[in-house]
Amino acid sequence: MRVLAAMSGGVDSAVAAARARDGGHEVVGVHLALARQPATAREGARGCCTLDDARDARRAADVLEIPFYVWDLAERFADDVIADFAESYARGETPNPCLRCNERIKFSAVLERALALDFDAVVTGHHARLEQTASGPVLRRSVDLAKDQSYVLGTLRSEQLASAIFPLGDSTKAQVRAEAAERGLAVADKPDSTDICFVPSGDTAGWLRERLGSQPGPVVDAESGAVVGSHDGAYAFTVGQRRGLALSRPASDGRPRYVLGIDPVTSTVSVGPVGSLGVSWLEATSSTYDGPPVRCLAQVRAHGTPVAAAVRRDGDLLRVEFDEPLRAVARGQAVVLYEAGIGGDRVSDRVLGGAWICQTGTG
Amino acid sequence: MAYLDHAATTPVHPAAIAAVVDTLSAVGNASSLHASGRNARRTVEESRESVAAALDARPSEVIFTSGGTESDNMAIKGLFWAQRAADPRRRRLLISGIEHHAVLDSAEWLAAEQGAEIVWLPVDRTGRVEPAGLYEALSAEPDAAAVVSVMWANNEVGTVQPIAELTEIAHEFGAVMHSDAVQAVGALPVSFAQSGLDAMTVTGHKFGGPYGTGGLLLKRGITLTPLTHGGGQEREVRSGTLDVPGVAGFAAACRVAVDEQPERAARVALLRDALVAGVRARVPDVVVNGAPIGDSGRRLPGRLPGNAHLSFPGCEGDSLLMLLDARGVECSTGSACSAGIARPSHVLLAMQADAEHARSSLRFSLGHTSTHSDVTELLDVIGPCAERSRRAGALSGALTGALNRRP
Repeated sequence: MRVLAAMSGGVDSAVAAARARDGGHEVVGVHLALARQPATAREGARGCCTLDDARDARRAADVLEIPFYVWDLAERFADDVIADFAESYARGETPNPCLRCNERIKFSAVLERALALDFDAVVTGHHARLEQTASGPVLRRSVDLAKDQSYVLGTLRSEQLASAIFPLGDSTKAQVRAEAAERGLAVADKPDSTDICFVPSGDTAGWLRERLGSQPGPVVDAESGAVVGSHDGAYAFTVGQRRGLALSRPASDGRPRYVLGIDPVTSTVSVGPVGSLGVSWLEATSSTYDGPPVRCLAQVRAHGTPVAAAVRRDGDLLRVEFDEPLRAVARGQAVVLYEAGIGGDRVSDRVLGGAWICQTGTG
Repeated sequence: MAYLDHAATTPVHPAAIAAVVDTLSAVGNASSLHASGRNARRTVEESRESVAAALDARPSEVIFTSGGTESDNMAIKGLFWAQRAADPRRRRLLISGIEHHAVLDSAEWLAAEQGAEIVWLPVDRTGRVEPAGLYEALSAEPDAAAVVSVMWANNEVGTVQPIAELTEIAHEFGAVMHSDAVQAVGALPVSFAQSGLDAMTVTGHKFGGPYGTGGLLLKRGITLTPLTHGGGQEREVRSGTLDVPGVAGFAAACRVAVDEQPERAARVALLRDALVAGVRARVPDVVVNGAPIGDSGRRLPGRLPGNAHLSFPGCEGDSLLMLLDARGVECSTGSACSAGIARPSHVLLAMQADAEHARSSLRFSLGHTSTHSDVTELLDVIGPCAERSRRAGALSGALTGALNRRP
């Protein structure tokens, strides 16, 4: 096959490209330039859009002896990921830009362009297993559960996954690094990227304040309705958050309080005790799960613990009811469904589908 | 393989290779006082005389540098500083929007850090700087002009500028005139004396010389504040031990390029015409950017003979480049930043092209080693490649926008 390897400049995508080449594919490497003005000096090792990263990707392609190009997707990334991220916070949600980037950039803009240019598939360094079967693609967790990225791929549709190749799913990160060193790839010991690539400082609240401006509002006690504090912008809060509330009055019971909800219209942040954090159901849109009602395991954030749930579907709207109340479920995150093992609660690794959380509730 | 990117760099001419090899094994610092030093100095001075003769300048007007970027930086910054020191009112830089980044970014640095003021000279839709536009810009504040810089011929779209005319106007207002002529030498007749220019940038690798070699021609009597400080080896305005083999290779290539220019230009223009006609036959809606080409019976002088800058409506230049590259045809999207990212060309944008048109363009440039088979190789594949690129261009806009939109 002719495959296009998306090369971020990190160790994973370099080894993925190498394996694709060794697998007999004709591989072309492409680095996606996502920043409008790429940072020229590395600021930590957080980003994936610096000129250093482009150079690392190019050097890996040289070592692999594959052609290499840079595709400029800065405009698309600015619209579909960065702006979406800010707007989502402004709606009182907690977005996940990595999922969005996979859904809108890597497996939309890049994949479609690649297919149009006569490539058969896009190869990435995601840690997840993907098998193309007669009944469609089957996505599973990586064997390295600590590095598993199936959650951030969980909202991809079958037609997107059908043209994807993830060569790293059967390896641990340590194995990938060792293989990179063996192959003479200079990125073998490059630190993992962390945080959000377009917020290299790591200060998301500061970044949002710069974009969205000051939007002061009250912090209210969810039970009594009393105003217990104020804030400079509701976007700085996430459901389930405890730190940084700066409340003027302690709770009557003296226990810590948590963010329970964010109302973007009135810029109100409501807080309450830990016991009120639990939600028993959620609704999610744009479901990629299109099967019958099912008992499965649901995961509501990256690196979250999957919990037992019953799921049913109405069109592309999912309703997920948890067996036990689940804390800190934020709108804007994705719910990804994993097949339940025997007995209904054993950890399973097959992804059934995903959807975007739009509503949560109790009872 | 078809190498159609001579405007980026050219294959080194055998005469230049011979000159480099001949001098590379000899020891000698051209500033040393012993026999080896004198030999090195002799090579440098013979090279200087050769370059001066080829470009119709005096030997003392030739300053050897590391190439176009250094020469442009020296000229823009050095002339600005010297002009302003002589008369503090002279703080304006008059620059066309189609200049190379070595000129643009030097000017913008002077504006940001050194109190310069940039006046952008308008270009028409073919990329030509109209003398009347310069006259008007200078008249606005006659005593404020420090430096005017307009390139001799544009590196992307190949438009040739009326340098002598522009220079005359600049002088009328007491400004000094610089021109980046890296694309012109070997492609057009270039006379430094007749142009009237005060400073002119040339570089070796655009005409068959070694990389990292070049020169700034600086008219006698023109003051330039140095950028680098040290031994003052080159007329006290450029320091650094001279690269004797580089200088020798540069001079040898310059000699050949200028001697062969009339024949080379005619031959290359015929190939370019065949390229454009052939592409048009296969991709009928292709658009030629820049100055009109004319035809072989009546070729117009406003364009570099080896330049074909073409827009393929609906295509994305970078994907088309990739498709051609996979088939052994090498060309350019015109402008690439240090990361190799293809951004809409500032040259085309200055010519009032829209971003989409700019993104759909490719530059094919021919030079001293180009043959008919280079053109044929391109023509054999351009039709299907353009068609495929067009499909990719159509997809990347419409479909992805609709996909996965949240309600």
